[in-house]
Amino acid sequence: MDKLSIGGKLLDSRLLIGTGKFPNKSIIPRVIESSESKVITMALRRVDLNSQEENILDYIPKDCILLPNTSGARNAKEAVRIARLAKAMGCGNWIKIEVISDNKYLLPDNYETAKATEVLAKEGFIVLPYMSPDLMAAKSLVDAGAAAVMPLGAPIGTNRGLQTKELIRILIDEINLPIIVDAGIGKPSQAAEAMEMGAKAVLVNTAIATAGNPVEMARAFSLSVKAGRMAYLAKAGAQRQYAEASSPLTGFLND
Amino acid sequence: MSFYNEYLEFKNIDFSTFFSKVKKSDILRAIDKDGLDKYDFLALLSPSAEGLLETMAQRAHSLTTRHFGKAILLYTPMYLSNHCVNKCSYCGFNTSNDIYRKKLSLKEIEEEAKTISSSGLRHILILTGESKKASPISYILDAIKILKKYFDSISIEIYPLTEEEYREVITAGVDSVTIYQEVYYEDIYDRIHISGPKKNYRFRLDAPERACSAKMRGVNIGSLLGLWDWRKEAFFIGLHAEYLQSKYPDVEISISLPRLRPHTGSFDEIYPVDNKALVQIMLALRLFLPRAGITISTREEESFRDNLIPLGVTKMSAGVSTEVGGHSSKTKSDNQFEISDKRSVEDIKKMLLSKGYQPVLKDWMHI
Repeated sequence: MDKLSIGGKLLDSRLLIGTGKFPNKSIIPRVIESSESKVITMALRRVDLNSQEENILDYIPKDCILLPNTSGARNAKEAVRIARLAKAMGCGNWIKIEVISDNKYLLPDNYETAKATEVLAKEGFIVLPYMSPDLMAAKSLVDAGAAAVMPLGAPIGTNRGLQTKELIRILIDEINLPIIVDAGIGKPSQAAEAMEMGAKAVLVNTAIATAGNPVEMARAFSLSVKAGRMAYLAKAGAQRQYAEASSPLTGFLND
Repeated sequence: MSFYNEYLEFKNIDFSTFFSKVKKSDILRAIDKDGLDKYDFLALLSPSAEGLLETMAQRAHSLTTRHFGKAILLYTPMYLSNHCVNKCSYCGFNTSNDIYRKKLSLKEIEEEAKTISSSGLRHILILTGESKKASPISYILDAIKILKKYFDSISIEIYPLTEEEYREVITAGVDSVTIYQEVYYEDIYDRIHISGPKKNYRFRLDAPERACSAKMRGVNIGSLLGLWDWRKEAFFIGLHAEYLQSKYPDVEISISLPRLRPHTGSFDEIYPVDNKALVQIMLALRLFLPRAGITISTREEESFRDNLIPLGVTKMSAGVSTEVGGHSSKTKSDNQFEISDKRSVEDIKKMLLSKGYQPVLKDWMHI
């Protein structure tokens, strides 16, 4: 399959996965393996470098890119501080910006996200901002120096699929950066749908972490993301609402 | 605006007539609905809902897993001082109780911190009685300075503060506050808070809002179940949490469900809250407020606590002592109340893992 290019890296997998919500950490390496994912996100707030047993980083294979996220940040200032802490803690220079000041729906604050993106991109971070799909906000993220744009498909953790499909489609058409659908994807078929539409990748956590068998579900997502990408590249035939008319309305032009 | 206005609006509704009219179909509709209103919530607290606890439990479990995953945050309380000027008829620290009083020195706080942090816990909740003399804000601030070295998250469960004081403790490193109204019903509140600053119902009721306004990261409310009819009490807890959540969406609102426990003193005006009632309260709250944190303390017995986990719990205390100096000191004070679940942090971790839940020891950091 063709590789995904983000922040100067070429990635073999178009599935990014999260590490929260799992019943235990020890399952994470097997989930990563069966997902074939190469970019793993984790909340910096949960990383405890002082604890051997509790340190999530020990469960992530060394050949994966760490994508610490700023979960818990309520504004740009807090997101920037968390990102700098992540770098200082040795988590590399990739950062997923998550600025949420609404604990009821967990919707991201696009304005504060753009502010944080600008500061961090200037500092040399590879910034992947999580956002509500909005064209103007996405454009401001491009200007701010984002390496990709991550619109939500549905509110985080809801597993409702691509509720924001039309808005994401506009981003795919208009934004000249990889669009990665993050949040809301609940089933492999929905991941495939996003990929068929032209999303460059998807990020999945809840749907894998809370599945009855997370390892198998990770594999299912991996396959569906590949299938969706192949379908996109193979260019699906046009959908027709009506069959070929037997008495065409423009037939007279050939008379 | 204050939650007090909402309390006044709802306190005189005719609960028993409402409950008598709740039909099974109303409850089923509330269970399936997204975005319950206040009366759906009240219906879930009705006697008629008792027959549908299993259906409520299935829904509560799925909402909790979806929003919080299979993960439970662990923390432990550290009692700094049990000196108290309040006379509250249900509390072991009651100023007129003849108990051994103790206040930790800063050196002792450091010892306690070392002992607790060696268990792996990174979230600490500090508690004091109410005494501006024994545990003034300056003492709390000194304690925070020490605790910051050992813990990634510091919560306080102390007397209610002014908004300015909340700002001060936030700047010092506190990220959340726990404050229970004890009982929402004002008449009973007045009767059982015999004397002391705690007698001021409004100052306590508005404390969570002052903390939100000061930009506290997390605010945990609750009431001491057993001081009033639990259906009404639970209703007001839910309304209060919803009021705060809607007005301050940037604050993580959580709820604790402490039941009255045996303690020094002889308080006997207890409204019984049995296990089934506690379960109904938790389920109704989870359905009404899918994203609110729910804490269950060591007041509850081991096996009951374990069974509550899949129903909506997001936070648990572990390795608990309610004595001042209880974690490390040789001379401990008398306790605030008797705990039921005496398991160590290790034991709680093992239990969670065996039930398919990840124990989370760190979920924040000083930024």
